Amino acid sequence: MSGTEHGLIFRLVDRARRRSAWLYHFNAGACNGCDIELVTCLTPRYDVEQAGIKLEGSPRHADVLCVSGPVTRTTREALETIYGQMPEPKVVVAIGSCPATCNVFAGSPFIDGPLDKIVPVDIYVPGCPPRPHAIIEGISQAIEKLALRKSGATAVGK
Amino acid sequence: MNSFRALIALLIFPGLLYALPIGWLMLGVERKLKARFQGRIGPPLSQPFYDVVKLLAKLPVNRVASDIPLLTGLPLLAIGSMLGTLALLPVFRGESGFVGDIIVLVSLLEIPALCFILAGYASRSIYGEVGATREAVVSIASNVPFLTALVAMAASAGSMHSSQIVSSTPWIVRIPALVAILFCLPIKLRLNPFSLANAEQEVLAGPLTEFDGPRLALWELAHALEWVALIGFVVVLAIPYRSTLWYVNAAGFVLLSLALVPLLTLLAASTARLKLAQATSMMWRWGGAVAVLALVAAFFVRNGGH
Repeated sequence: MSGTEHGLIFRLVDRARRRSAWLYHFNAGACNGCDIELVTCLTPRYDVEQAGIKLEGSPRHADVLCVSGPVTRTTREALETIYGQMPEPKVVVAIGSCPATCNVFAGSPFIDGPLDKIVPVDIYVPGCPPRPHAIIEGISQAIEKLALRKSGATAVGK
Repeated sequence: MNSFRALIALLIFPGLLYALPIGWLMLGVERKLKARFQGRIGPPLSQPFYDVVKLLAKLPVNRVASDIPLLTGLPLLAIGSMLGTLALLPVFRGESGFVGDIIVLVSLLEIPALCFILAGYASRSIYGEVGATREAVVSIASNVPFLTALVAMAASAGSMHSSQIVSSTPWIVRIPALVAILFCLPIKLRLNPFSLANAEQEVLAGPLTEFDGPRLALWELAHALEWVALIGFVVVLAIPYRSTLWYVNAAGFVLLSLALVPLLTLLAASTARLKLAQATSMMWRWGGAVAVLALVAAFFVRNGGH
């Protein structure tokens, strides 16, 4: 392990994972507030494409799964399928308070959440809805985890 | 063309060693310029390269074993046919080719679209099927002006040699034919007003919806090579002059290829996606009209020459 982590290919893959994270956005019963804030990140004002981040239509292309909403009973199965369709390495970002705690929907019989009961969550971005700055910060931390996940490198930026 | 020269053309210039970096550069310029046109900063020029590296390093999800040869073979076939196209392009002086090489060239140019359609159906995804249907309809529509224009050029040059067609098509035929072929370029590259097949978000990712990891990386490579080959094809047809110095020919080919990228990007950034019926009727009407103009000009030129 220690012999390979400084190899050229490993460093290249590490760099590529940091520079090209593709997102898949899943709405697990959100009120659309967080979704609008996530899409805002792609607009000219925030422009996350500078960092190679782009929104993909298919979960099979994605590296980062962004989930908003408290995971309702009807979306649970779709969420599990989509998580299974994403190739490794992958990270999950919970956007907003709903996937973290179920927010105002906690205790409802129609809610299967919070998100970490269903899939492993890497980064929580709190807020109702969170600001685009917070979402970008969360995604960049998720990318940091993504790069470390398989390549076995030890150095972390922060 | 002896086999040594053919091997150089396939692997070095204008083949693999040239086409891959230039293809990445073209895709990078396209993304960067599109972002600039939209008032964004945009990704670095190296972005397509890092995308491919990242995709190659992903672990694909297990599929049914019978799917794997087909889903890996189709993008490989697309890559191979694009390299074949590049190797056949008459970039230099004295490349005699062989009789009918324009037919081989055109059929190789069509193979990626065919693979793309088959990939959509083979992946058995509903989004893949919708994308594949759209690609099939659009590519038939775009081939009407494309092939008509090429027939006009070949008829007026009186030859099926690609190098002969390049050097001896009269300008009165060449200009309308080139306009018709340029009109087909954004369709064949699936760029914005005609991005029906890969309509992102609308049909997820079109035929490529079910492709992941390394197999998607192969498609990205095929797409990069498609840019180089199709643009290279237009550039080769556009200039009849070949210098005796090989590096002048090579530099002219590279610079003109790169000069077409901002034009295509400007078109993609300034237009919205058309509907299927709009795109096809536009192709049949306007593309077809210009191509028929070239055909009529070719008829008169040929008869006038006798």
